[in-house]
Amino acid sequence: MHSKNQEPLFHISKRDSLVWYKAMLIRLVALLVALVVCAIISVLMTGENPLSIYQTILYGSFGTTRKLWVTFQNVAMLLCLSLAVTPAFRMRFWNIGAEGQALMGCFASAACMILLKNVFPNWAIILCMVLTSMLAGAIWGGLPAFFKSRWNTNETLFTLMMNYVATQLVAYFCVVWESPKGSGQIGIINPNTELGWLPVIGGQKYMLNVVLVIVLTVLMFIYLNFSKHGYEISVVGESEKTAHYVGIKVERVIIRTMLLSGAMCGIAGLLLVGSTNHTLTTTLVGGRGFTAVMVSWLAKFNPLWMILTSFLLVVLERGAGEISTNFGLNQSFSDILTGIILFFIIGSEFFIAYQIRIRKSSTKEAQTHV
Amino acid sequence: MKKLVALVLALVLCLSCALAMADRAPIALENIKIGFIFLHDENSTYDLNFLNAAKAACEKLGVAYVLKTNIDEGEACYEAAADLVDAGCNIVFADSFGHESYMIQAAKEFPDVEFLHATGTQAHTVGLANYHNAFASIYEGRFLAGVAAGLKLNEMIEAGQFTAEEAKMGYVGAYPYAEVKSGYTSFFLGARYVCPSVTMEVTFTNSWYDEALEKEGANNLIANGAKLISQHADSMGAPTACEDAGIPDVSYNGSTVAACPNTFIVSSRINWEPYFEYAINCVVNGEEIATDWTGTIQTSSVELSEINENAAAAGTLEKLEEVKAALEDGSLKVYDTATFTVNGETLTSYLADVDDMGDFQPETEVIADGYFHESEYRSAPYFDLDIDGISLLGA
Repeated sequence: MHSKNQEPLFHISKRDSLVWYKAMLIRLVALLVALVVCAIISVLMTGENPLSIYQTILYGSFGTTRKLWVTFQNVAMLLCLSLAVTPAFRMRFWNIGAEGQALMGCFASAACMILLKNVFPNWAIILCMVLTSMLAGAIWGGLPAFFKSRWNTNETLFTLMMNYVATQLVAYFCVVWESPKGSGQIGIINPNTELGWLPVIGGQKYMLNVVLVIVLTVLMFIYLNFSKHGYEISVVGESEKTAHYVGIKVERVIIRTMLLSGAMCGIAGLLLVGSTNHTLTTTLVGGRGFTAVMVSWLAKFNPLWMILTSFLLVVLERGAGEISTNFGLNQSFSDILTGIILFFIIGSEFFIAYQIRIRKSSTKEAQTHV
Repeated sequence: MKKLVALVLALVLCLSCALAMADRAPIALENIKIGFIFLHDENSTYDLNFLNAAKAACEKLGVAYVLKTNIDEGEACYEAAADLVDAGCNIVFADSFGHESYMIQAAKEFPDVEFLHATGTQAHTVGLANYHNAFASIYEGRFLAGVAAGLKLNEMIEAGQFTAEEAKMGYVGAYPYAEVKSGYTSFFLGARYVCPSVTMEVTFTNSWYDEALEKEGANNLIANGAKLISQHADSMGAPTACEDAGIPDVSYNGSTVAACPNTFIVSSRINWEPYFEYAINCVVNGEEIATDWTGTIQTSSVELSEINENAAAAGTLEKLEEVKAALEDGSLKVYDTATFTVNGETLTSYLADVDDMGDFQPETEVIADGYFHESEYRSAPYFDLDIDGISLLGA
């Protein structure tokens, strides 16, 4: 019964490294396979033509000038949060509290707009908004870092919990500042005076956000790759012991990096309130803080790649919305498609990091790349 | 000379605008496209009620329509509205209170498109010819639902399940906001109309849709001794809590009998179909849409669902017909000041904040001829009194 060959049917081993174009090829194949699977499921479940579904996804993101700008705006916001979580991730500090840190930025901006409207001129209000939103985000990010560096608390749980604290805090103030009374809604803040509204540049409402985030992307790329701080972050991420050994003050790096991370989330909050929504609700960040984790991971913590990954996720999401509108399908259907595509994209990383060798009848091993 | 030309051009522009505003050109039925914006999707009883009405009205009249679900109460609402205009809609509708500011923003930008908004309060003060609010005198429907609740309590008292003094109802409300207060007060007055000893406890979830909180709220009320539950929040939380506990429930936004076959009594709801048909017909005929439209029992906007014989008291249908007729002919007023007191006093005068300019200053006298004139000075409810017999939990 037993053959002489006791080698299993296949085994998995880590690749040394893969040339970049082969890695890209694997990702491309994964994306194509994902689209084919989506097509099969679409046809089976809805009877719609898969090509028209893909067309709708693209139309949802790029179909009109307005859709294009909304897509840019959403990419900018997601990218800003992805950039924010990246320095922490690079030092293996799992900050999943971007949602709350950004919401605190929203909260601080809205508070300035509401409380200072009769106190300061417009420019001073905006200055206060910038400072307080960054400060609020930094505090929300800095607290877990402080506890981590002092008592080695679990940062994943801590940052996650801080999200709920932020949500409840905002929910409370939505009632304090509500209009009309009892509605739990703040509505548009300073609709007539437009106090605290960030200026519109280039005649395009979302231009400011897009330009600012592009600048931030470049700055973050430089900071991470060409600054002493960036180097320290990488060393701490590789090994805290090595960092200690070479004289890096690990606690200080952790706190400093999380303050930066939180402050950048605060900027995203500032833009969401001051430039886009002009209101405060508990759902203003809309889950982007969590999606940002995926964007950052998929891009291997490289700010420039993040432009691409955040774009991909936003296009999928906006396309999904368009599908549910156009085909009269439930939002859940588009969520299924997004899920399939992400599954394949994330799955492809496995085949980039590992190779699968399938047993051959000959004693000589042959490699098969999948 | 240049100045003169500029002046003339500006004048021409103003005049043409004014002309365009005053005289809306009729749009042929086949050229009408109406876009709908919903806060949630069909999983919310509130949005489902709008979705069904939207489809029914459009299919009945044969007009094209687009449905956008899960649109947040923020810039997303403006973006959705503008996107619908880009897609060729001549009418855009939004269903949630928090959409209002963003709908006004869109209405200012696209003066040729009609913007309709349910439950909003600002159309009559914002001064835009193409922005309109709508609501219905749902307090009359709530009152009828309350009568059904009172009859059920009476039946349980007679069956010896509890004494008349123990007849307490529970109510799960969303926000302590006039729309909700008006709703539970009319429900309570309906119940007391037939069951004089009834009292009620109200708990708020501070959310329009939070299934867990609504369920917990209903369970707390039941633990506090509530013998019957009703709700004004949009999930299935309260009805299912009632079904689990075997406590009768008067629902809202539509029948929940499928999920609660043993406890569902009846549900009141606003039927939005008449309003959608009205608005579409206005555009077809080139007529102005009312700035503030209030649907009533007569316009078929206020409806009761079928009564569930498994849970309702015997004779409920007949009694409801009788009370409904009295409401319709005006011989019965829901907010008759003789039927309720505030801090032990009967009201003879009350100023409400009807204009909603953000000043929180009440300015309109709403009590006259012995009753509170709800939904007459604007469509959205403004009855926000705390009457005796109702206690608010956590307040």
